[in-house]
Amino acid sequence: MKVLAVAETRDGGLRASSLEAMTVARTIADAGGGEADALLAGGAGVAEHAADLARYGADTIFVAEHESLATLPVERLASLARVVIAENAHDVVVLSATAFGSDLAPRIAAKLEIPLAGDATAVEIADGELRITRPVYGGRAFATIAIDLSPRIISLRPNVFGPQERPAAGRVERVVDLPQAGPHAKLLEVRASTSTALDVSEAAVVVSGGRGMRGPENWHLLEELCAAIGPHCSLGASRAVVDAGWRPHSEQVGQTGRTVAPRLYIAVGISGAMQHLAGMRTSATIVAINKDPDAPIFRVADYGIVGDAFEIVPRLTEEIRRLRAAG
Amino acid sequence: MKIVVCVKRVPDTEARIRVRGPAGIDAAGLKYVLSPYDEFALEGALRLKDSSPDTEVVALSLGDDSVAEQLRTALAMGADRAILVRGASSDDGFAVARSIAAVVRNESPDLLLFGVKSADQGQQQVGPMVAELLELPCVTAVSSFRLAEGSVRADRELDGGTATFEASLPCVLTITKGEYEPRYPSLRGIMLAKRKPVEEVDAPAEAPRVRLLSLDPPPERPPATILEGGADAIPELVQRLRRETGVF
Repeated sequence: MKVLAVAETRDGGLRASSLEAMTVARTIADAGGGEADALLAGGAGVAEHAADLARYGADTIFVAEHESLATLPVERLASLARVVIAENAHDVVVLSATAFGSDLAPRIAAKLEIPLAGDATAVEIADGELRITRPVYGGRAFATIAIDLSPRIISLRPNVFGPQERPAAGRVERVVDLPQAGPHAKLLEVRASTSTALDVSEAAVVVSGGRGMRGPENWHLLEELCAAIGPHCSLGASRAVVDAGWRPHSEQVGQTGRTVAPRLYIAVGISGAMQHLAGMRTSATIVAINKDPDAPIFRVADYGIVGDAFEIVPRLTEEIRRLRAAG
Repeated sequence: MKIVVCVKRVPDTEARIRVRGPAGIDAAGLKYVLSPYDEFALEGALRLKDSSPDTEVVALSLGDDSVAEQLRTALAMGADRAILVRGASSDDGFAVARSIAAVVRNESPDLLLFGVKSADQGQQQVGPMVAELLELPCVTAVSSFRLAEGSVRADRELDGGTATFEASLPCVLTITKGEYEPRYPSLRGIMLAKRKPVEEVDAPAEAPRVRLLSLDPPPERPPATILEGGADAIPELVQRLRRETGVF
């Protein structure tokens, strides 16, 4: 099978989620003895990331470098992807289900008149068939599907797959015929979030607070814990505290918020409603701190401490600081 | 101004989903609701109607007789009329988009709204696909929007920020949680809804191309290790996390 991974750049770098997409593309291609390619589009200088994609398994990298692509306009990128897929007869297209990927993937799918398999958490080839597993009912069940047509397009839940280096030829092929812009919305302005440097969906560690924190004035305890862990940590929140106006919606983890799958998820004072568990249960390791020993959060946690968050969180912060200082 | 809001009937987001047989769920006793993101979209439309009463809000849903219940909820919240598109709401997002696009084309709304994703399938595809089929501009994951002369300005949620887009009307927006906390239907709204029309149209049959191989409950996680002693368990917890996760 011939596979295409669609890459995403941000702040002058390739996103880690794109390396995951490249890794999955390589895995699918290898299972069927085919090639894994990449589509890398963006403004001036984007071509320099081709080497990274080669390191993670790209045989050919289709590079579209043009000032008009600097803001990653999805309508044009979808047209571009359609042309690359048609000309090179890719059987499978892989993206990461980031905000960008979730916007782009269905538009590519519509141009190819195919359904999207969105937010996949597992992809395998068994008996020559591509099988895709993805959460349904907000993670309360998992569906495994096969799609009876080609090409197929899959978006991957970020952080679930993990990038693996598998160097390949990485031949660069420039795409010079850029499609015209069809009907599209015009980008006026981008404002970065002010709360944390790292978005909650791409953090390796998420520290999340719930009603057990008793009020927004106590969030400094979680901010200090997050700072002690390091720059790869971000803050999350339960729906209850977002609805109460304690924290912004951008931090909400759960069914009407963000879906996260960090290496470590620390839930503080969160009871663990069904809709919250939906947004974090694919995290690698889960720690729950709650004063109620019967809280549902303990049913998905790997480690639990029953007790008062106001006593436990500062001790945790202190211990991690001590350990990191010791090296 | 005419706004079409596409809504979906889904199991209550707080209900336990019991997998039954190789590929089904146990629907006995399961409560169904309007998908929460679709409620945000409907609320967004109703707020425009609140400020300019000549706005017509049409709720549209694809499915069988059962979706009439959610269309009645939309009418009770304040939609003017409803369209039940009789057809299969399948896993094939493109087939669903094609069924919806055919009906929306006849309605020719100024604004077409969707929830950013459904609470059951959650793939974020039908809205932008309908936009592609109708060749309309589309902004996804919109937390807030306002109308200007012949256009709409929409704030889109990014990973770690917000982007503002401007699209000329007609256009498609998919709405996420943000400004539009949905209203509850009033008693008067519920009474009025009974007299509002629910039209029915048939969607052309679509051959499903997505094959469901299995449906499984979420993978069981091993039972939690409860570290005794409250805050005194912290050193042990930190040692274990350092060893097993390597994140600090």
